[in-house]
Amino acid sequence: MSALALILAAPAAPAVIGLNHYVLVSALLFVIGFLGVVLRRNTLVIYMGLELMLNASTLAAVAFSRFNGTMDGNIFVFFIITVAAAEVAVGLAIIVALFRLRHTVQVEDLAALKN
Amino acid sequence: MGEFLFYLFAALTVMAAAAVVLNRNVVNAAMCLLLSFVGMAALFVLLEAYFLALLQVLVYAGAVVVLFLFIIMLFDVQGTDARRSYPRLGFAAGLVAVALLAIGVGSLVRHGRFEAVAVPAGAAPLKSFGDQLLTTYLLPMEVTGFLLLIAMLGVTVLSRKLDREEPR
Repeated sequence: MSALALILAAPAAPAVIGLNHYVLVSALLFVIGFLGVVLRRNTLVIYMGLELMLNASTLAAVAFSRFNGTMDGNIFVFFIITVAAAEVAVGLAIIVALFRLRHTVQVEDLAALKN
Repeated sequence: MGEFLFYLFAALTVMAAAAVVLNRNVVNAAMCLLLSFVGMAALFVLLEAYFLALLQVLVYAGAVVVLFLFIIMLFDVQGTDARRSYPRLGFAAGLVAVALLAIGVGSLVRHGRFEAVAVPAGAAPLKSFGDQLLTTYLLPMEVTGFLLLIAMLGVTVLSRKLDREEPR
């Protein structure tokens, strides 16, 4: 209780949100997406992990562009979003074709190239 | 106020992303992905990239997640992943992930500017966005449009029925 009062009474830290905060969030998102790609077995969830990693990189690009005072990074992210949309469409079409051929989306059942 | 909003949306984005990875149900994972994208759009707004925030909601939350859900419904994937994920590989992956994060944060601490820089005002107005796209970045824009055309054709070809496919 006294600790809570201490926290409430303490003056708010002059923590201005800077570039590093955004880059840290971006790094966390990238690591989470990486773990999803490596650990999950469903192809669709692996693909979602890839999207998360891509989004983490765009967040870093926008943050760098913002704190650099230019807008080149923003335009780069614009292109990234466009290409990512095309990539998602093609990737999901590939997954659909795979499902038609093998009737599964689990990666451990797709071991034709193993050994 | 800005600090509070940043922490709110950063926590929303990161926790929704973690929920995507941890969720056993694929539909729930897609919904958490949607939440994560919306949180990212809010972070873009905080970075004053309003147009990109709009695009993020339209393209990612609108199109990409709907496409994912469409495919999930098409496959009729039930709550899969009942089996445990690989324990040894999981440990190794966690190690690599922590190492990645440590390298990133370490390089930030060593070489990054931790003192809050004076933020330059007026990041990316929409008008200069269009100006730049049609002057400096005209060739990349044309190439991207062509890429979209190729992607459309490729998806059409890929999702055609194969001849040698046996009927189910």
